[in-house]
Amino acid sequence: MTRVDTKFERIAYPVGFGLLVLLLWEVAVMVFGISPALLPPPSAIGAAIFGSLPILWGDWVQTVVKGALNGLWMGSFAGIAVALVIDRFAFLKRGLLPVANFFAALPIVGLAPIMVMWFGFDWHSKAAVVAIMVFFPMLVNTLGGLADTDTMQRDLMRTYAAGHVATLLKLRLPAALPFVFNGLKIAVTLALIGAIVAEYFGSPIRGMGFRITTEMGRLATDMVWAEITISALTGTALYGVVALIEKRVTFWHPSQRG
Amino acid sequence: MTSPVIDVSGVDLTFQTNDGPIHALKDVNLEINKGDFVSFIGPSGCGKTTLLRCIAGLETPTGGDLKVNGLSPEDARKARSYGYVFQAAGLYPWRTIGGNVKLPLEIMGFSKAEQAERVRKVLELVDLAGFEKKYPWQLSGGMQQRASIARALAFDADILLMDEPFGALDEIVRDHLNEQVLKLWARTEKTIAFVTHSIPEAVYLSTKIVVMSPRPGRITDIIDSPLPKDRPLNIRDSAEFIQIAHRVRDGLRAGHDE
Repeated sequence: MTRVDTKFERIAYPVGFGLLVLLLWEVAVMVFGISPALLPPPSAIGAAIFGSLPILWGDWVQTVVKGALNGLWMGSFAGIAVALVIDRFAFLKRGLLPVANFFAALPIVGLAPIMVMWFGFDWHSKAAVVAIMVFFPMLVNTLGGLADTDTMQRDLMRTYAAGHVATLLKLRLPAALPFVFNGLKIAVTLALIGAIVAEYFGSPIRGMGFRITTEMGRLATDMVWAEITISALTGTALYGVVALIEKRVTFWHPSQRG
Repeated sequence: MTSPVIDVSGVDLTFQTNDGPIHALKDVNLEINKGDFVSFIGPSGCGKTTLLRCIAGLETPTGGDLKVNGLSPEDARKARSYGYVFQAAGLYPWRTIGGNVKLPLEIMGFSKAEQAERVRKVLELVDLAGFEKKYPWQLSGGMQQRASIARALAFDADILLMDEPFGALDEIVRDHLNEQVLKLWARTEKTIAFVTHSIPEAVYLSTKIVVMSPRPGRITDIIDSPLPKDRPLNIRDSAEFIQIAHRVRDGLRAGHDE
């Protein structure tokens, strides 16, 4: 007979496995005498994290709070807003959507130097890159969600003689929410990547991307790995927050009922 | 003599499809008076649902004349003259049962107090008092369909249009709901048009049975039922009932043989 894992087991298994990987890593670095410049042991990375908390905090605020999160909300709102407009006017769907798809296919990080030229070295240019990156998945997912009502549901609204706005608010937006959250989950991941990579092309003397490039130049790889660790934790946490809100808001969706 | 509530004269409807035109309705003539319970019965493709949708203003006939409450179906729809019950309950999963019943009331701008009062009243009418706070997916199919009937009744239109509302339910539930619909009809004195492909259901419920045939969709027989208004379930074993059922079956067969 199979039994469902307890809450403790669900957490203990991955944590235990993760610790095992770290242990093997530590031992391998020691046994094979790998140069710390190539691959520092986890203990050195841990020491780097706890030894430079103020620096890491400053970088985190610069890159995550100012760059990524600002870009994320701007790009998301813009994506949803443009989706609503495109959805309202059929001629935009024919004209604007292909153009949007073309831009979506661009490697947007390539725009980073141009954004730096336009908006300066500080976080504004990073937020701009992030906003453009998250704009398209939000746009495409919201449009998909708005189209995800069946004929019967729309006919029902017609029998109430409901107008465009009432149909949008009472039916199509709620029905689109699961899609919007899918877009948002893609967007948070992209936002972090965008904010870090955009700093490679010019930034003030703080920020996670700045730190990674400069410390790499000094072969201080323990600090590079420290930043990577922080960004991984941040990415997981952001994704978790979105998933949590999703569970609260779209509790009614079959994928969330469990 | 008052004029009929629904007046169908010489209605024709041809759909243009990629496989050529489909003659969905041909020269349909029918009068439905206030307080009638009219069933449309026939095999699939006979146009019974299409006729109901024309009355509801969801399809537009290509010929003939159709009046609902003396208005064109389009105007009658905009005047919210009817409640429509679809084949599936189509309740919004993000709204509670009470919230679903409230939906048309919100769109039509009833006051909050009026909304609450009406929701309470119609849920009682369909025997769902106490389920107001449940979500649709927590209820059985029969209960969901009853909630959708309550939703159609909430704004108290004089006409109730029902498109095979119990087609997806098992026979025991269906019998029970048929009984309830009759009670509801007696209490509310609404004019009901009901689409079905079940002979017992049509005979048991109706004061007037409209037998239809496919290719092209047309009326082959209109039977005014001599059964009394008060109908216990066992009336279905009476000689009169069986006689009407026979006539319906003959009408359906005649339509097929041509």
